[in-house]
Amino acid sequence: MVEPIIRMKNIEKHFGLVIALAGVSVDIMAGECHCLLGDNGAGKSTFIKTMSGVHKPSKGEIIFSGEAMKFERPRDAIAAGVATVYQDLAMIPLMSVSRNFFMGNEPIKKFAGISFFDHEYANRVTMQEMKKMGINLRGPDQAVGTLSGGERQTVAIARAVHFGAKVLILDEPTSALGVRQTSNVLATIDKVRNQGIAVVFITHNVRHAMAVGDRFTVLNRGKTLGTAIRGEITPEELQDLMAGGQELASLEGSLGGTV
Amino acid sequence: MSNNVGNAVDDDERVKGMSPLRKAMIRPELGAICGTILVFVFFFLTARDSGMFGAAGVLNWTLVSAQFAIIAVGACMLMIAGEFDLSVGSMIGFAGIILALLTISVGLPTWLAIIITFIVCIGLGAVNGWLVIKTGLPSFIVTLATLFILRGLTIFAAIATTRKTIIGGMREASEGDWLAGLFGGKIFKGFFQWLGDAGMIDVFSRGVKKGMPVVEGIPMLIVWALGLIIIAHIVLTKTRFGNWIFASGGDAQAARYAGVPVNRTKILMFMFTAFCATVFAVCQVMEFGSAGADRGILKEFEAIISVVIGGALLTGGYGSVIGAALGALIFGVVQQGLFFAGVESSLFRVFLGILLLLAVILNTYIRRMITGEK
Ligand SMILES: Nc1ncnc2c1ncn2[C@@H]1O[C@H](COP(=O)(O)OP(=O)(O)OP(=O)(O)O)[C@@H](O)[C@H]1O
Ligand SMILES: [Mg+2]
Repeated sequence: MVEPIIRMKNIEKHFGLVIALAGVSVDIMAGECHCLLGDNGAGKSTFIKTMSGVHKPSKGEIIFSGEAMKFERPRDAIAAGVATVYQDLAMIPLMSVSRNFFMGNEPIKKFAGISFFDHEYANRVTMQEMKKMGINLRGPDQAVGTLSGGERQTVAIARAVHFGAKVLILDEPTSALGVRQTSNVLATIDKVRNQGIAVVFITHNVRHAMAVGDRFTVLNRGKTLGTAIRGEITPEELQDLMAGGQELASLEGSLGGTV
Repeated sequence: MSNNVGNAVDDDERVKGMSPLRKAMIRPELGAICGTILVFVFFFLTARDSGMFGAAGVLNWTLVSAQFAIIAVGACMLMIAGEFDLSVGSMIGFAGIILALLTISVGLPTWLAIIITFIVCIGLGAVNGWLVIKTGLPSFIVTLATLFILRGLTIFAAIATTRKTIIGGMREASEGDWLAGLFGGKIFKGFFQWLGDAGMIDVFSRGVKKGMPVVEGIPMLIVWALGLIIIAHIVLTKTRFGNWIFASGGDAQAARYAGVPVNRTKILMFMFTAFCATVFAVCQVMEFGSAGADRGILKEFEAIISVVIGGALLTGGYGSVIGAALGALIFGVVQQGLFFAGVESSLFRVFLGILLLLAVILNTYIRRMITGEK
């Protein structure tokens, strides 16, 4: 069996008296789109934040490419190749796409011993990467503020991929988008996965999950019932699981025995 | 690969092509460029015969514009980084008095006094920045406090040590000082003498200066202004640090997520603003031969007006040094031009207010086209 790129083992997270995660285990494989579903407050965001170095788990182990990892801060996770696109995206609308794309990672060109921002390289790469994702920019100097929500999401994803993400975590990337924009983002997820990157896709929407997901993990009140494989679970069953797992007994079979 | 990229525009029917002219026009400085043209046309029509466009006249308004520009460059960089410094005017008075006290009362050589003044003032700029970052208060409030504190300290220091608010004798004390010449001197003197001798510019026809050209040379203040404009423009638009300045002002949290050292960037910009104020103060002390505790009053607002005329966004993240420099030019030309045109000087403020309003309306319109703001 192939080694998972990230193995989250029995992750627990307590915020004071609140038990946000009560022992969650998930394996993420390279080149898969792993959907994380669950109702509001189920612990999805908390879970991925332990993966991206924002929270330290109270208990449990994170194994990254076969080695035990302790991410002290987000930068450690980024350096290891775990990139997260949060809902608020971390984009600056007043700045151009290419300035945003390279923010914090500006390419440098030396001239007379002085380091200059290599705009030519930045512009070229930005246009190429956006083209790959199927977005036609007017120019690399177009301000991010003139892009639609879905296009911005795509810029953020393209940026993470370009800077060497091995695991890309997307926290509800489609929740604020219309039909067309959503399908664009889902298509982007598909492209990224096909490059061999592991995608963790958080959503409330079963249909969005079914459209691109390879495996599905449902979180409910800080717990998981295990991971289902595409084709072995119907949208209705997923929906029921998210609703609280009342029909748990009748579903166990369809969870592929990984409970 | 890059060929495909070029075709990208043709693929999407919803991306309207933009003519190169329109693209070249739509830039943050457009409002200031229009304003500059307007102002020059206006004064060319109304004050042509007044000597405003003779050698001495040009030097006059260039010098005033350069004074505005030195302060505006600092304010511009800081505003783009998302902060204000209202203490600039007080800093100018403070720097001058410190310099004069160190030279006249303490008796240090001028070059050493200048260096110490720069260190102290840039340090105070860092304190401004540090306070803003640490307290999380708006820089507007923090530097408003510094405005009063510095001004009060300046007057107190001058009176406590010399019983006066103006300290003179700086010209004699700095005679022949190598560093003082960098602020108070003039360059290209020989060239202007030659121009005068050749009859290309006017020469004095009587008095002790008989035979000397009306413009002796280019004052260092103008050289400083040009140097600061060019360097700040390059740093802002052509370097990694420039991207950090835009990012810090555009959205500090987003910049932090992306690994931009926002706090360091902002504090450095406060220090740069203080540096510009000190350059202004030292040039002025050398020009007047004295320091005054009340120098620089309202300078911060003149700087902010220049910057805003130049197209910068008050809330940060957007703007241009070239625009701010043109704003300073407009400011200087209007102020001196009204004088040349013989217009009642109180009308200067009316003119300035109208100009500010027009520029901001035009700039807002342009900015919305560029950034897609609603
Ligand atoms: N920093 C925190 N301090 C205290 N409690 C927290 C904190 N973060 C999350 N929680 C709690 O942990 C639980 C899980 O929250 P989390 O944000 O992970 O849910 P979620 O599944 O992402 O929900 P949503 O779909 O609404 O985004 C909630 O009960 C929440 O109140
Ligand atoms: Mg969440």
